[in-house]
Amino acid sequence: MGGDEEVKLYGMWASPAVRRVEWALKMKGVEYQYIEEDLAKKSHQLLEHNPINKQVPVLLHNGLPVLESLVIIEYIDETWKGNPILPIDPYQRASARFWATFAETKLLDGTKAIFLAQGEEKVKAIKKVEDTLKVLEEELRGKKFFGGESIGYLDIVLGWIALWLGVGEEVADYRVLDAIKFPKITSWIENFLHVDLIKENIPDRQHTLEFFHNFRRFGFAIPNK
Amino acid sequence: MASDDVKLIGAWASPYVMRPRIALNLKGVEYEFLEEKFGSKSELLLKSNPVYKKIPVLLHGGKPICESLIIVQYIDEAWSGHSILPSDPYHRAVARFWGHYIDDKWFPALTGISRAPTDEAKKEAIEQVFAGLKFLEEVLEKSGAGKPFFGGDTIGYIDIALGSHLGWLRATEKLSGLTYLDESKTPLLVCWAEKFSAHEAVKCAMPETDKLVEFAQMLKAKFSAYIDALSPSITLFSSLNYICSL
Repeated sequence: MGGDEEVKLYGMWASPAVRRVEWALKMKGVEYQYIEEDLAKKSHQLLEHNPINKQVPVLLHNGLPVLESLVIIEYIDETWKGNPILPIDPYQRASARFWATFAETKLLDGTKAIFLAQGEEKVKAIKKVEDTLKVLEEELRGKKFFGGESIGYLDIVLGWIALWLGVGEEVADYRVLDAIKFPKITSWIENFLHVDLIKENIPDRQHTLEFFHNFRRFGFAIPNK
Repeated sequence: MASDDVKLIGAWASPYVMRPRIALNLKGVEYEFLEEKFGSKSELLLKSNPVYKKIPVLLHGGKPICESLIIVQYIDEAWSGHSILPSDPYHRAVARFWGHYIDDKWFPALTGISRAPTDEAKKEAIEQVFAGLKFLEEVLEKSGAGKPFFGGDTIGYIDIALGSHLGWLRATEKLSGLTYLDESKTPLLVCWAEKFSAHEAVKCAMPETDKLVEFAQMLKAKFSAYIDALSPSITLFSSLNYICSL
């Protein structure tokens, strides 16, 4: 798909939600223009295209905005044929969507809760995240990737675990990614980071660490939200 | 697929259970409705949804599908006939976005009203609910283009996602005295609500408002003895939270 298509992605370099959209675009070989947003001073284009929650990522395809990373990924999958991201079979699609929402609500939100918690609340929040990882560990049984032999929808949705979970652990001073407790997730992370399109499209760990240290220090506030 | 075995585990009062029921009705799919007994969870439910242990669960040929909007999409993809999601990717993305918004932002704002710790917080939650309805009014105006439903001439994904909450919304209006679907604020939604509720595929699945009010009052009576110390009043939304955790 060549010159007639205008594809723009509004994002922020440290955001895992943005990165997963980029991975989806790369999987399909879609050319796009990336626009870096300063979340402290959002562009009027971003606010115009996403007045509802004013967040990145926003995909603009021929002028039409698509919002919410998981929605965007399905849009990319349905718009550009070839190299399917989601499975074809309806039952497997339902299963992939189920695990994606499970991971978003239990794992992603769970780690955010750890960031914000102290003392006993923090211990409880960590236990919840561990329980969630146990479930995902089981999902990986007999598979190299969640998508099988190669990466698929669930791998790119969960891809934030490969970098941002470790960063979160360091910033908020806790540990869940234990190689002994979670051997499959541990090797999945290694395999995932070795995939070319991921390797070439993932932020630098040190910069990401600094970003989230600051983010936490300033009370998770990015002003002008 | 003549020998398809389709079962739905649910409960009459749950808005989430309504969603796959409407979807199956729209597709003309016959199914067995397995009503969960109030206050307990069946073996079948626990086995079919070990992660959340919640209704609804669709069982198709014995295979479980969980999470209401995921079930609706599955029904749309597994059976031909009436299209629930639009055919083009952009409008599908718009539909999915609003389904997500209704479940992740709007509905929590609604149930958050009862949990608001201060009057200030309560006022803010109520404002959020109205703001959400205003967004949805605009969506209906834009995508409906004079048509009765979000899906156009027929019921679609957003109709199901929002419409499933109408029963409890009306029950709340009765119990709280506050009108959420206000003709002066969101006239298109008021009209839409009536048409949606009267639709063939919806009528039989929509719980009666009075029965929901009765149910909420029963729960309040049943639980207030236990939790008066924690929460001075179980409001309607606490009942709703309870039901949605079934």
